[in-house]
Amino acid sequence: MIKSELVMRIAEQNPHLYQRDVENIVNAILEEITRALARGDRVELRGFGAFSVKQRNARVGRNPRTGETVDVASKRIPVFKTGKEMRLRLNGGAASAKKAAVRVSA
Amino acid sequence: MAGRTVTRADLCEAVYQKVGLSRTESASLVEMVLSEICNCLANGETVKLSSFGSFVVRDKGQRIGRNPKTGVEVPIEPRRVMVFKPSNVLRARINGQRSEGEE
Repeated sequence: MIKSELVMRIAEQNPHLYQRDVENIVNAILEEITRALARGDRVELRGFGAFSVKQRNARVGRNPRTGETVDVASKRIPVFKTGKEMRLRLNGGAASAKKAAVRVSA
Repeated sequence: MAGRTVTRADLCEAVYQKVGLSRTESASLVEMVLSEICNCLANGETVKLSSFGSFVVRDKGQRIGRNPKTGVEVPIEPRRVMVFKPSNVLRARINGQRSEGEE
């Protein structure tokens, strides 16, 4: 599923909203998460997972093809940790079994 | 100084501020978006959110693990895990100038 499909599905469930509104909603959510991470904050969404930011120190890397050494600058990377409920659903928790039954078509 | 934890309430507030909906409706839409993403992933489907990142479901085979405290070998059953691959845009935003001008 890509973003536009997500927007379409949410719009179908909410006939009173314009697709453009739904698009704005999805973007607002992603933007808020991005901003939080850019500030170095953690984003915790129960039942889904948590985003956090980790610091990677500068290091000397190597171009694997040529063997040349390259300086890699320190950077911050986003990290996602799957939440407990999501982990269970991925591995056939009760909720996912129900969903699979519903999803005959599509 | 990484202090705060952003939660659903903050996402609802952001939606409420940007889109002209009631707080209650904003909250229910945030919930719908998250559950739609969860449902896809639970079905093993990849979710790609452009300029943010993608969530991919991976199958892990069985392997032998070890209890680090006791040293006892334990089989780790095959399982499905979900990985987040941040987009280049997200990586750049996180490393870009820290958005102090915001707010």
